[in-house]
Amino acid sequence: MNQKKIANLGLFAAVAIIFGYVESLIPFFAGIPGMKLGLANLAVLFILEKYTWKEAALVSAVRIVVIGFMFGNLFSILYSLAGAALSLTVMTLMKKKSGFSILGISVAGGVSHNIGQLIIASLITMTSGLIYYAPALLISGVITGLLIGTLTSEVLKRIRF
Amino acid sequence: MKKKELTFIIGIVVFALILWGGMYLVRQGHYGSIRITVDGEEYGTYSLSKDQVISIGDTNVCEIKNGEVKMIEADCPDHLCLKQKAVDSTGGTIVCLPNKVVIEGEKGSGSDETSPEFDTVV
Repeated sequence: MNQKKIANLGLFAAVAIIFGYVESLIPFFAGIPGMKLGLANLAVLFILEKYTWKEAALVSAVRIVVIGFMFGNLFSILYSLAGAALSLTVMTLMKKKSGFSILGISVAGGVSHNIGQLIIASLITMTSGLIYYAPALLISGVITGLLIGTLTSEVLKRIRF
Repeated sequence: MKKKELTFIIGIVVFALILWGGMYLVRQGHYGSIRITVDGEEYGTYSLSKDQVISIGDTNVCEIKNGEVKMIEADCPDHLCLKQKAVDSTGGTIVCLPNKVVIEGEKGSGSDETSPEFDTVV
């Protein structure tokens, strides 16, 4: 890793952490647990586009652990890690295989993030009833994915890196 | 946006709608009681027609009132379960993830007593 890359990754990890904090201030909650904007994915998508999945995973992991210790608990870290791991895997595969633009990759990421969290939540509570949240979480994944994807592509156009 | 991306997105939305429709049909019916589970194990079943306050372990408290149940206390930091929609005769689920507490509507039992559906008929 060269110094410029280290500085950039640190910068984006910080941005992702700030986004996580900003998001915790927005009361975006429609009665469905796990529904949120996913602002931090903006930073992760950006890194994924500029570097590789390894750098994106690093930034993602740093963000989740720091945010978890500051505002959450061990459980929220677990949920976030599950969602982020699945979402990053899907986004990386999509980027390599599908030829989707950043918008499609972001939607795939948002949806898979929600599915990952739902699976972990079902495993932890040992209840199948949570599956009833799946349709709402799928739709919200699409909407937030479109939003974050649009934002990221606009940021990519404007930032020289 | 490319065409295949649009297809992909519409595909997810259609799948979600079909899933939602299917679940709606499965869930239809009158829910007379609730079942509380903690960590996957049954904690108790309570009728929705009897007003009461139930302490779930020493972590959560829920209240049955006017035929619906709401979580009124939780010791977790996020308090998301307090904001979730009340479970009433149309069913539903309230989840407290940190404490692994789930309140689910249950069909059948409790409806023999005073069913709220017929109370309003004059």
